[in-house]
Amino acid sequence: MSIIKDYYDVIVIGAGPAGSVSARFAAENGASTLLLERDQGPGNPVRCAEGVSHNGIVPFIEIDPKWISTKIEQARLYSPNGDYLDMFQNGTGYVLDRTLFDPALANLACQKGAQLLTKADAIGLIYDNDKISGVKFRYFDKIYDVKCKIVIGADGIESRVGRWAGIDTVLDLKDLDTCVQYTLTGLDISSLRVDFFFGREVAPGGYIWIFPKSKDTANVGIGIAGDLVTDKSPKEYLDEFIEKKFPNASVLRSVCGGVPTAKMLKNPITDNLILVGDAAHQVNPITGGGIVQVMIAGQFAGETAAEAIKANNYSEKFLRKYIKKWNNRLGANQSFMYSVKEKFMRMDNERFNNLVKICSAIPSEKLTLKEFFKTIVKGDPMMILQLAKAFVTSKLK
Amino acid sequence: MTINPYLCDVCGTCVSVCPVDAIVVEENRVVLDNEKCIRCRKCVIVCPVKAISEKN
Repeated sequence: MSIIKDYYDVIVIGAGPAGSVSARFAAENGASTLLLERDQGPGNPVRCAEGVSHNGIVPFIEIDPKWISTKIEQARLYSPNGDYLDMFQNGTGYVLDRTLFDPALANLACQKGAQLLTKADAIGLIYDNDKISGVKFRYFDKIYDVKCKIVIGADGIESRVGRWAGIDTVLDLKDLDTCVQYTLTGLDISSLRVDFFFGREVAPGGYIWIFPKSKDTANVGIGIAGDLVTDKSPKEYLDEFIEKKFPNASVLRSVCGGVPTAKMLKNPITDNLILVGDAAHQVNPITGGGIVQVMIAGQFAGETAAEAIKANNYSEKFLRKYIKKWNNRLGANQSFMYSVKEKFMRMDNERFNNLVKICSAIPSEKLTLKEFFKTIVKGDPMMILQLAKAFVTSKLK
Repeated sequence: MTINPYLCDVCGTCVSVCPVDAIVVEENRVVLDNEKCIRCRKCVIVCPVKAISEKN
């Protein structure tokens, strides 16, 4: 059994993608690193639809067919009236098997020298002269106080770490999607395509997704904006959809969860502490996708933590490097996606029907999700029409 | 406030909206402190399976 030391340079709380990548980059850059996972192991349970882009994950891990469920080539968006729009995304996508992907990421951290403990539940921070100086955690039935210079909180949407450190992580209802997902089997679907269903009656302020795990199995889930929830629960909306669409399906797995669809936290750092991932609200606010973004953030967090150790400077001011790196890489995209969300997710059924109808004129191989979202942000129906015409004209020439 | 353990999936969504830190996940259970709770109902609203109710 691994021995728990009294001190590590960095302690990372949570071994999801954000935490494991943080730990890996901290360790790789010379910091002694402890990674704590509350559950039985990384990737257990999976509260995720499991979709990622090829280009997004290759910088972090070599593709292994073992944790790829399906390769995705196409996305289909259904409008409330049942019309649909096919899009070929920028490059290949995958639906992952995160029960294997998350352990693979954690294993990479371990290979770089980080020490992972499972069933290790952080229960508080330790302070020395009002400075964060370690983590208190329960490991099986014993409580440990372990010192460190930097704590990285990657503890998901709950983010107790953020609260302990006095960072305001509370989400507004409008910036939270409340989600339920079943893994269904006994289906007859395309394993190459992800489907999205929109509409006020389908999923207010959000959408229903079908992400294939194979030809007969898929993650079928729903997200509803917190401020548009009615007496009907997300589970009831999803159950109705499934009864109509897949009346003969069986359920292999069911999970609930929340997805932050907010802007990134204004200040996800304080002296001796960095928040990363869902805990820092680093999720794409419109799609709710976060795996790739939080891995990028994890790299920046891990690198910054290791630099702080080398510089012997753990002040909030020094740790701002992490935010700078994030802002340079993804800050603009995050703000753009947030403004898209505010328009897109609040469209009424009629407007959505029209948008899909107009965009149908654009050849699907030219229509990417990003183009589609840009069209929405412009918000002007005439612009959409012009865009459609432009594509059609270019095709005729 | 009461949490129905048969419905609760311990997903932590309720924790993320609580403005007074009255809900925690402990030993794989969600625990709501009714002393701290200000009855804002945000947790009731966002729970994906409506596991939280105002009954005591």
